[in-house]
Amino acid sequence: MSTESVAWPSPAAESRSFVEQLHEWITTVDHKRLGILYIAYALFFLVVAGIEATVIRIQLIRPHNDFVSPQVFNRLFTMHGTTMIFFVVMPVLFGFANYLIPLMIGARDMAFPRVNAFSFWMTAFGGLLLYFSLVGANGLYGAGNAPDVGWFAYAPLTSRTFSVGHSTDFWTLALLVSGFGSIGTAINIIATVLCVRCPGMTLAKMPLFAWLNLIMADLVILAVSPLTAAQLMLLVDRYLGGHFFDTQAGGSAVIWMHFFWVFGHPEVYILILPAFAFVSEIVPVFSRKPIFGYSVMVGATVAIGFISMSVWAHHMFTVGMSFAANTFFVISTMAIAVPTGIKIFNWLATMWGGKIEFRTPMLFCIAFLFQFLIAGLTGIMQGAAPFDWHLGSSYFVVAHFHYVIVGGILFALFGAFYYWFPKMSGKMYSETLGKLHFWLFIIGFHLTFDFMHIPGLLGMPRRIYTYEPGRGWDTWNFIVTIGVFFQAAGILVFLGNLIWSYYRGKAAGSDPWDAWTLEWSTDSPPPAYNFFSIPTVQSRRPLWDLKHPEDPDWKYE
Amino acid sequence: MRSRGSSNWRIRMPHVFVWMCSTGAAFADTAHPLSPTNIFAPASTPAKSIFGLSMFVLAVTGAIFVVVFMLLLYSVVKFRKRKNDDGREPPQVYGSNQVELAWTIIPILIVVALFMATARVIAIVQKQKRLDNAIEVVAIGHQFWWEYRYPALGVVTANELHVPVSDDKHPTPTFIQLLSADTDHSFWVPRLAGKTDLIPNHPNSMWIDPHEAGIYLGQCAQYCGTQHAKMLLRVYVQPRADFDRWIQEQHQSATVSNAASQGQRIFETTACINCHSVAGTVADGHFGPDLTHLMSRDTIAAGAATNTSENLRQWILNPNAIKPGSLMPAMQLSDQDLDALTAYLETLR
Repeated sequence: MSTESVAWPSPAAESRSFVEQLHEWITTVDHKRLGILYIAYALFFLVVAGIEATVIRIQLIRPHNDFVSPQVFNRLFTMHGTTMIFFVVMPVLFGFANYLIPLMIGARDMAFPRVNAFSFWMTAFGGLLLYFSLVGANGLYGAGNAPDVGWFAYAPLTSRTFSVGHSTDFWTLALLVSGFGSIGTAINIIATVLCVRCPGMTLAKMPLFAWLNLIMADLVILAVSPLTAAQLMLLVDRYLGGHFFDTQAGGSAVIWMHFFWVFGHPEVYILILPAFAFVSEIVPVFSRKPIFGYSVMVGATVAIGFISMSVWAHHMFTVGMSFAANTFFVISTMAIAVPTGIKIFNWLATMWGGKIEFRTPMLFCIAFLFQFLIAGLTGIMQGAAPFDWHLGSSYFVVAHFHYVIVGGILFALFGAFYYWFPKMSGKMYSETLGKLHFWLFIIGFHLTFDFMHIPGLLGMPRRIYTYEPGRGWDTWNFIVTIGVFFQAAGILVFLGNLIWSYYRGKAAGSDPWDAWTLEWSTDSPPPAYNFFSIPTVQSRRPLWDLKHPEDPDWKYE
Repeated sequence: MRSRGSSNWRIRMPHVFVWMCSTGAAFADTAHPLSPTNIFAPASTPAKSIFGLSMFVLAVTGAIFVVVFMLLLYSVVKFRKRKNDDGREPPQVYGSNQVELAWTIIPILIVVALFMATARVIAIVQKQKRLDNAIEVVAIGHQFWWEYRYPALGVVTANELHVPVSDDKHPTPTFIQLLSADTDHSFWVPRLAGKTDLIPNHPNSMWIDPHEAGIYLGQCAQYCGTQHAKMLLRVYVQPRADFDRWIQEQHQSATVSNAASQGQRIFETTACINCHSVAGTVADGHFGPDLTHLMSRDTIAAGAATNTSENLRQWILNPNAIKPGSLMPAMQLSDQDLDALTAYLETLR
C-alpha cells in the first residue's frame, strides 16, 4: 500500500486521472468519503424534490389553476414527500453522522467500514429505483408512471384494484432497499459510539452529538423494521394473493396505518435528533460556554427516544379510535413536549451569560430555536385530539410539519453545513454569501410556512390539486407560493457558496472557530487515518483543556 | 350576530398572543366568517366544543410562545459579543439542578392541565348518547362522490346531505354512520364538526346538531385518488317543516312525460343503467349516484359543477373535461341523443 492511498486529498491524488479518482470514490470504505457521498447525494435530491415542491406551489397559486393535471399533481406530492424524507433528510443526516462521529470520539473510522459502504449504496440505489419508476412503472397497463399514493400510501389505495401498473411497486421496493441501508448505518453508528471511543472518553464525556446520534440510531432500528415488514406485507398482498390490507376480503386498512405510523412518528425524531445534535455543538461554541445541563440533555434525549415510540396514533385521531385510545395518545403526545421543552430551555441557558457571535452557523441555530419553538407549540395544538379533528389532514398540519422539517431540521442542517464546511473542505466559506443565504431563506420560509397555517384553519384539506374560489383561501395560497421563490434563491446562493468556496475560499486551518471537540484537533480536511496518534481525553471539551491548562474542565465535571 | 360561545372567548383572550391566535380571534366571527369552511365559526355542538378547547389551547401555547420568545430575544440582544470585547472567555457555567428542575415541573403541570381539558372534550363528542328522535343517515364514500341513505325514512340521495335544524327546544341531532365503498375518505364540514374518516371494512360514526338553517360546505379530507380535490360536501340544514317536505318529495318515484321518453329510451339502452338508479324504472345500478331526483340538487359531480342544462350536457358528453379522473365514462353519444338524454334527466325532479 502506498502512502497516497491513506493521505487524502494529497497532490498525488489530484493528479490522478478522473477514472481513477471515480474508482476510488466508488470503492471507498472511508467514513469521511462516504459521509461526503451521502451529503452530495442528498443535495442532488434536495434540488429534485425542491423543484417538485415548486411545481406543486405554482399549481396552487390560484383556484382552478391548470398548470399540471390532477394525475401529475398527485405524483408530485407523493414523490416530493418520499424523496425529501427518505432520500434527502435521512441521507444527509447519516452523512454528517458518518463524517463526524469517528472524528468526535477520536476513532480512525466507523466500526464496520464495509457495512458503511454497503449501506450507502443501498440507500443510493433505493433513490434511483424510486425515480426509475418514471421509466419503468407504466408496464403494459398504460397506467401512471411515478407513484401517486401519497408518501404514507394508505391502504387500500395501494392495492392492485386502485393502483394498476407498477408505480406502487417502485415506491415499495425503493423504501425496502433504502430501509436496509438505514438499518445498516444505524447498527454501525451504535457499534461505533459504544465500542471505538478513544481512551478516557466515557459515555458521560462523549460530545452530545454522539449521544443524540446514538439514540437516533436506536430509533432507526426500532422504527424502520416495522416499515420494512409492512412493505413486505404489501408486496405479498399485491403479488402473492395476501389479504393483509385487502378490505374487500376482510383485511384492514387501519392495520397499515398503525404499521406506517409506528415507523412514521419515531421517524420524525430520527430526523430531529441529529438536528438537535448540530445545535448542541454549534450553540456552545458561538456562545463561548459549555452546553448547559449536559446530563439533563442526555436524559431528555433518552426520554424522547422512549416516548416517541408511544405516540404514533396521534396521526390517526380521525380514524375513529376509542375514547381510551384517543386519550392515551393525547397524554403521550403532550408528554413528549416536556423533554423537548427542557432542550429548548437548556440551549437558551447556554446562550445566557455568553458572548454570542453571529456567524452564519449561529444565525441558523437561533432561527432554529425560534421556529422549532413554534413548531412544537403547533404540535401541542394537534396533540389535543379534538382540535386535531379539524387540523389533521388540513393545510395546518402541512404547515406544522414543514415548520419542523424545514424551520427546524433544515435550518439546523444549514448551520451544520457552514460550521463543518471548513473542516470537510479545508476552505472557509464566504460569510457574505452565507448571510445572504440566511436572509433569503428565512424570508422565504416565513412567507411560505407562516401563511400556510391559515388556509388550514379555514378548512383547506391537504393533497388537493386545486380548490374552489370563494373559500377565503386564495390570498394565503398566493403568498405561500411567492415565498417558494425566495427559498429557491436562498438554495442557489447556498450551493453557489459551497462550490465557490471549495475552489476559491481561504484556507480554514484546523480550528477556525476556536472550538472544543476532537474533530478540530486534526487537519482540515482530516487525513484518511484521522489522527496521527489516538487522543486521550479527560473531559467533554478536550480542546478547552488544552487551551486553558490553568482552568481545565475535568476539574468541574 | 356573534354566537355566545365565541364572544365569551374573545373577551378572555388578551391581544398579545401569537400571530396565529390573533388571526384566530379575527376569524371567530360566525356572522361574517372569512370562509364558509372556517373552523372558528362553529354552528353545531361538536364544532363548538372543539372551538372552546382550541381557544384554551391557543391561549396556553400563545402564552408559552411569548415567554420563551422574550427569553430568546433577551439573550440574543443582551449577550451578543460587543465591539469592545476584551477577548476573554465568559464565565463557564455547566448547569443548575434547581433551574432545570423548575423547567421540568412547570411544563408537566401545563401538560396535565391541557390533557384534562382535552379529555373532557373528547368525552363530550365521542360519548354522546343517541336520542330517540335523532335522524339516522348512512354516508358512503365513493371515488369521488358521496352517497347518503336515510334507512328509517327510505330515502337515497347523493352529494347533498339534508338535515333538520336542531335547537335547544327541539333537539334533533343527526347521527351519521360512515362507510366506504372503495378507498379511505374523510367527512369534514368544518362549521358542523371535526372530520371523521370513512374507511372500508371499518364503520365509523359522528353526529351533528346544526343550530341554524343554511348551506354548510366542506370536502373530502383524506386522499382518495385522482379526484380527491373535487369530492365536495354540501350540507343543507333546513327548518323541520322544510326538511319533512324534502323527504316527502324524495319518496316519490320518477314521473316521465312523453316528450322525454326518447331520452329515457337512450338512458335505459346505454350503459347508464349499469351504474345509476331511477326509482320506478328499470334503472337500478349502484356504482354511481341515484338520479331519481337529480334536478332537486344544486350541483352535479360531487359539487364540481352547478346543475344547469349546459353543464349536465357537458358532463354526459365528457366527464373528464369537468373532472379529470372521474370514473364515469364518456358515452360517445350523437348531439341528438345527447339533447334527448339531457331533456330526460331534466324531468327527474
